This record gives sequence, structure tokens and C-alpha cells, in this order.
Amino acid sequence: MANVWTICKRELFSYFATPIAYVFIIIFLSLSGIFTFYLGNFFERGQADLITFFGFHPWLYLFLIPALTMRLWAEERKSGTIELLLTLPITMLQAVLGKFLATWIFTSIALALTFPMWITVNFLGNPDNGVIFASYLGSLLMSGAFIAIGSCISALTKNQVIAFVVSAAICLVFILSGFPMVLDFFTGWAPEFIVEVISSFSFLTHFEGLSKGVVDMRDIIFFVSLIAFWLFANAVLIEIKKAD
Amino acid sequence: MTTMVEVKQLTKRFKSITAVNDISFKVERGEVLGFLGPNGAGKSTTMKMITGFLSPDKGSVFIQGKDCDQHPITAKRTIGYLPEGAPLYGDMTPRLFLEFVGKIRGIPNTEIDQRLADVIDKVNLESVLDQSIDTLSKGFKRRVGLAQAILHDPDVLILDEPTDGLDPNQKHEVRNLISDMAQQKAIILSTHILEEVDAVCTRAIIIADGKVVADGKPGELQAQSPWHNAVVLSIRAASENGISGTLAALDNVEEVQPLSNQAGVIQFLVRPKDGTSIIENVSASAHQHGWLVEEMHVEQGRLDEVFREVTNFQRS
Repeated sequence: MANVWTICKRELFSYFATPIAYVFIIIFLSLSGIFTFYLGNFFERGQADLITFFGFHPWLYLFLIPALTMRLWAEERKSGTIELLLTLPITMLQAVLGKFLATWIFTSIALALTFPMWITVNFLGNPDNGVIFASYLGSLLMSGAFIAIGSCISALTKNQVIAFVVSAAICLVFILSGFPMVLDFFTGWAPEFIVEVISSFSFLTHFEGLSKGVVDMRDIIFFVSLIAFWLFANAVLIEIKKAD
Repeated sequence: MTTMVEVKQLTKRFKSITAVNDISFKVERGEVLGFLGPNGAGKSTTMKMITGFLSPDKGSVFIQGKDCDQHPITAKRTIGYLPEGAPLYGDMTPRLFLEFVGKIRGIPNTEIDQRLADVIDKVNLESVLDQSIDTLSKGFKRRVGLAQAILHDPDVLILDEPTDGLDPNQKHEVRNLISDMAQQKAIILSTHILEEVDAVCTRAIIIADGKVVADGKPGELQAQSPWHNAVVLSIRAASENGISGTLAALDNVEEVQPLSNQAGVIQFLVRPKDGTSIIENVSASAHQHGWLVEEMHVEQGRLDEVFREVTNFQRS
């Protein structure tokens, strides 16, 4: 555990040592504000809630999270530091977890900095703060799933641009898997239950429940097991691909 | 002496290429083993397998008698490793980077400051400690790489081209550093600079096409050179005048080559049969014939000759 934390701190440090951290936080905060107030008609709706604010999170994460995760392993492989890291007395799992946690902690810092939204809505009306808390939890869990996907894809290539594009595409599939764009591709030839399984992978469906304040264990388990699966795949893929 | 590293029948293939082919050797404490070979011979691949970065297709590595495959973490703790090109986290400063490595290496908080100070002093890093690694010169980067490799005072030190790209002064410093540590550790270093083997190694292994083609003390390898124990003789004389004939007739002399003839000084190379010592015969003969000897010395043999011979032999 101490090793996970040491690696995590190093990764976090490297976000803040470069402009990535500041660019990410500023863009994330501005976009989430702009989307909520302009596209989401926050004032016109006249509701004391943050549903529109959270509604844009999957779409913000779609291109912002791959930008955070693309360097996790691709950069190590390109610069050769992966050889340094993996010959230190740590296990592969510790390395994978440390990097994942760093990005997750960083994302939660960005998410926590959206607190002015929460103050605003409490100032203007009497929102259900339980729902808002559940929404934050849902958003954090969902970001974890995006990060795990991004980290795994980053392990596959030395090229950060490829890591970014492929991660974003896979995240999009997960966001949309409850929608006709993805389902139409399978209906017609795949058996009914496969189509249902695919549609049950939709991030939007699982996030929607949480963002309405319904803390369903199934949604939490869904995101947690998805994170576990992608991180496991991440560890396996590095083991196979590290020498290339 | 204790065996620190034992490599048994190590083999590694990349697609159709066999990068390392059935390599076996042992390194004892106190030994500095030089890994020689042309580029692409399999030096780095072998080192990557010893350090546990790559897993071998066949064979095994034992560190202090323990199989690395079964005790990877123990093995990695025992080893200090400088990978080829000394890759480092460029966005960190040497101080933060070394602290990071120290923590992962499990150096207790109470000792880490002392260890850092020791290592920083050894490799002369004081002046750049708080500068980001990206901005450092090649020489400093290499030293940071060395510092992280020796930070935990490992029993086994594996250095992949530790002096590559350094200027002559820096090379000298690194070699001194290696020699200073040699007594307590088992050190394996790869290089394609042959003088380095002479300077620091107690033993050398030459690898070509993934196989060990020569293994011995630098002196023993030199003795394989056709130049070993050859005598170079400079004589002041107006003309050659049968000198080479006289020399060739001596016992144990294989051949005599005139090397140069400048300003009345003729230089000969007298090559012995099977590397036997012929200096006494040559000197006695010179005395007897009253030659005006300007210079006379014995060749030790050249490692690069041996190197070329054994590695080319493999190719053909």
C-alpha cells in the first residue's frame, strides 16, 4: 500500500509540474459552468437542482479524461522510464493502482472545485443536498471508469495521440451503449440477450439513477467492477507489451 | 567468494530473431564483469532479463541463489540498475526523483537524508539538485541515473553503457566510482568501449549474435591476440641489411614485418609463435649484432583485435 501511495504521489506531482493540471482544471470548470448556464438554461428552468450541471459531466469527461490518461503509460514507454519503474521492487498491480489513483484524485480535486455551483444553487433556493451528494458520488465513480479505460489504452501504445483518440472512442461507446447508435449495430444479427447486455453497459443509464439521488448498489457495483476489469486488463497488457 | 548472479541457459526470442541464445555465466562478489559485443548482440536484452524487466523464454536467473522468477521482488531489491540511455522522469528534480526511488526502495525515513547526501556527494550532483532533470546536460542525467542505481547500496549493480555519451573526464569519474564500489558488490556493465574493460573490469564476456564467444580476464583475452608478446623494435640503420632475416631465424619467431622506415630508423614488428615470450632472444640478438636500438617494447595484444576476430568469426 505504501508503494501505491508513493507512485500515486509521483504521478500527481507530475500533473502539477506541467501545465496539464491547471489547463485541465480551468477548462473543466469553465466548460461545466458554460454548459450549465447557457446550454442547460439553469436560470430559465427555475429549479433548485444541479441536474443540468451533472447531465453534462459524461460529455466533459469524454474528451477531458482521455487527455489526462493518455500519458500515464504511453509516456513511460516512449521515454523508457517504464524500465526504471518496473525494475523497482514493486508489483505490476501497485504500479497500475498508483497511477490510476493519482488521476482519480486529480479528477476529484477538479470536481470538488465546482463547489461554487453548489453554493449558488443553495443561495438561490432550497435544493435536496442529498441528491446533489449522490450526483457527486455518481460523477466521481463514472470518472473512475473513464480513467481506468484511458489508463488501459495508454498501456497499448507509445503514442499519446493514439491513446487519446482510442480512449475517447471507447468511452463514447460506453456512454452511448444504451442508444440506437450503438445498439443498431448489434440488433439484427446478435442474439437478444447480447443486445440487452450491451445496453446495460451504458454509463448514462447508470449515472442517471445516481444523479437523481437514487443510490442503487447495482450502479455502484457496475462502476467499481468496470474499473477493476479495465485495471486488470491494464496490468496484463503492460506485462505483454512492455518490451515492444 | 559468493556467487551473486547466476545466469543459466538464458534464451530470448523476439518474433523470428533470437536475441539471446543459451547464455550462461556467474558473477561473484568483488567481480566487475564487462559485457562486450557489437550493437544488437544481445547485451541489453540479457541485462533486462537479469533485472527482471523481461522474462526469458528459456533458462533462469538466480540472484544470491534465489530464482528471480519465484522471488521477483527480493531480486529487484538486491539489484541496482541503470537502464540503457539512463531514462529518468524529466519533469522531476534530481532531489525529488531520488527521494521517490528511495521511498520505493524502502529506505527508512530516518536514513534517507544521509543516503541521499552520500550518493549526491559520490556522483557530484549538488549543483543541479533542484533543477528539473529535463534541463540537465547528458553528463548530469547519466549521474542522476547512476545515483538512483546505487542509492540503496545494492549488492548487485547492473549498468547498461554507463559511460556512453560522456566526455573523457566524466568517463574517468564514472570508472573511478565503479572501481571504488567493486570490492563489496558484483557489478555487470556493458560497453562497446574496449579501453573501459581494461580500466575497470576484472573479467570480460564477449557476446555476438546472442551467444558468449569469449569469457576471461581482460589479460587472458588479450593473450588471444596475434599481437600478444610481439616485439616492436626500432633500429637506426641506413638500410635493412639482412636484419629481418636474422630476426626471422630466431627461435619461436613466426614472422617479421618491417613497419616503417623514417629518417634512418627502421621499425620492425616481430611476431612470436603461439604467443610465447621472445623479447630476450630479440634483445640478445640485437646486442650480438651491435644494432643501434632506438626503442624496443613488447605488445600486450589488443583487445579490439580479439574482439573483431571473435565477433566476425561468428558472422561468417
